[in-house]
Amino acid sequence: MAEFVSGYLIPFAWILGKILLFVVPLLVAVAYVTYAERRIIGAMQMRIGPNVVGPFGLLQPFADAVKLLTKETVLPTGSSPVVFLLAPMVTFSLAMIAWAVIPISDGVWISNINVGILYLFAVSSLGVYGIVMAGWASNSRYAFLGAMRSAAQMVSYEVSIGFIMICVLLTAGSLNLTEIVNAQKGMWFFLPHLPMFIIFFISVLAETNRHPFDLPEAESELVAGFMTEYSSMAFALFFLGEYANMIMMSGVVTILFLGGWLPPVEALSFIPGFVWFALKISFCLFLMIWIRATFPRYRYDQLMRLGWKVFLPLSLVWLILTAGFLIYTGRVPV
Amino acid sequence: MIVASLAFYLFAFIAVVSALNVIFQRNPVHSVLWLILTFFNAAGLFVLLGAEFLAMLLVVVYVGAVAVLFLFVVMMLDINITMIREGFMKYLPVGAFIGIVLLVELALVYGGWVMSPQAEALRLAPTPDITQIDNTEALGRIMYTQYVYVFQAAGLVLLVAMIGSIVLTLRRRPGVRKQNISTQVNRRKEDTVEVVKAPVGKGIA
Repeated sequence: MAEFVSGYLIPFAWILGKILLFVVPLLVAVAYVTYAERRIIGAMQMRIGPNVVGPFGLLQPFADAVKLLTKETVLPTGSSPVVFLLAPMVTFSLAMIAWAVIPISDGVWISNINVGILYLFAVSSLGVYGIVMAGWASNSRYAFLGAMRSAAQMVSYEVSIGFIMICVLLTAGSLNLTEIVNAQKGMWFFLPHLPMFIIFFISVLAETNRHPFDLPEAESELVAGFMTEYSSMAFALFFLGEYANMIMMSGVVTILFLGGWLPPVEALSFIPGFVWFALKISFCLFLMIWIRATFPRYRYDQLMRLGWKVFLPLSLVWLILTAGFLIYTGRVPV
Repeated sequence: MIVASLAFYLFAFIAVVSALNVIFQRNPVHSVLWLILTFFNAAGLFVLLGAEFLAMLLVVVYVGAVAVLFLFVVMMLDINITMIREGFMKYLPVGAFIGIVLLVELALVYGGWVMSPQAEALRLAPTPDITQIDNTEALGRIMYTQYVYVFQAAGLVLLVAMIGSIVLTLRRRPGVRKQNISTQVNRRKEDTVEVVKAPVGKGIA
């Protein structure tokens, strides 16, 4: 019995506690990203934005959550109910489980696996299922069109994301996220890989269905795309999943290119690592919101052209250049 | 170790159940979703074996790419479910034959692994120390040295298949207007705009 408690129960409780320590702040962060988005875009468009609920409108996300919770969940006729309700859950949980491997500071993680970056790539490539299932199960033309667009879009941009990840891996010499960050001591990878940093960021926008690539839910042509038939809590889960995905992909950008928890200069290392990590993620999120306020939506054929005919060849060439440079100068990390 | 074996039975059980569901579901889209669950549990079994690289590749390649295309195609097919049921007995012999062939092949592979002297040598070959080298690196070392030609040949086969399918589906349709970026960029003002001083009352012919 004592062995059971010390061998299984305590580690289990410890892991559970760590997961809660990650997920609860993450959910609060998701709520405030939605608030920040409305306020920032409001400021950029010379509006006020939500400012009534609570001081500075700070309680607005919770008011929205309560509103969505108390609404009725509508199941469309002819839909496939299990798949219909499974889809938002899939989207939401995928956005959460990615955090299992993300190190937010030196030595602060839930799990430190050898193939961390592959895990992240796998989780982000699964994101398409939630959308495709939603589109199919809704039994609606708009939802289905949105799902088809999204499937093609996400599969296309994953290819260039994969190649760019390989460029970073070659430079860092490891698939482990902690080691990738540690390899950036001295120089963050966004400097030597600057073109890839830009392409990666744009691909992240496409992967998370953000503006200017939000074709799956283009409201001017598809009502709300794959979310058309969703209401109440199911809609809230999709919404939360989308914003959690934004934070997750910003975290990936931070780890791969912006030096993770590392401070920009050594003198600032008295500030704890997770503060730097959060600051860098906020920077990426701000860029995403800024882009939303600035750019018009892409046309679908232009989006596909950009992914397959511009980003894919560019990232492939950069991969060959990186490998060639590393071998020629003898800098291949072992 | 109890947890590890419990996890094994959990993954194995779900894998078998979902594999059966792939066959027995009436709706083809549900079948594909069960297939995805099967892939996941296979990946879980790989993790339990300590082959985390293979597990992640299974998820990335099969679940993240291949199954998406499956789902894509199956969703767009307009399948009449009762008609599929009618053909069940007709295709049963062919399906059973393929199943038996696969079973015999699996038995041969396993038998070869147990009985063949070459396999004996392979099994006795020293495996790299797991504390020194992780299995991603071990895989890379063997794939890019000993089996590099086979590996490249596999890549070439895939490339040829890809080009083949592109050629098969490529067709030039008349009357479709496409955006040509280079002509748009190369357009000059002189080619398109002409400033004309129109005489009053006459216009331009």
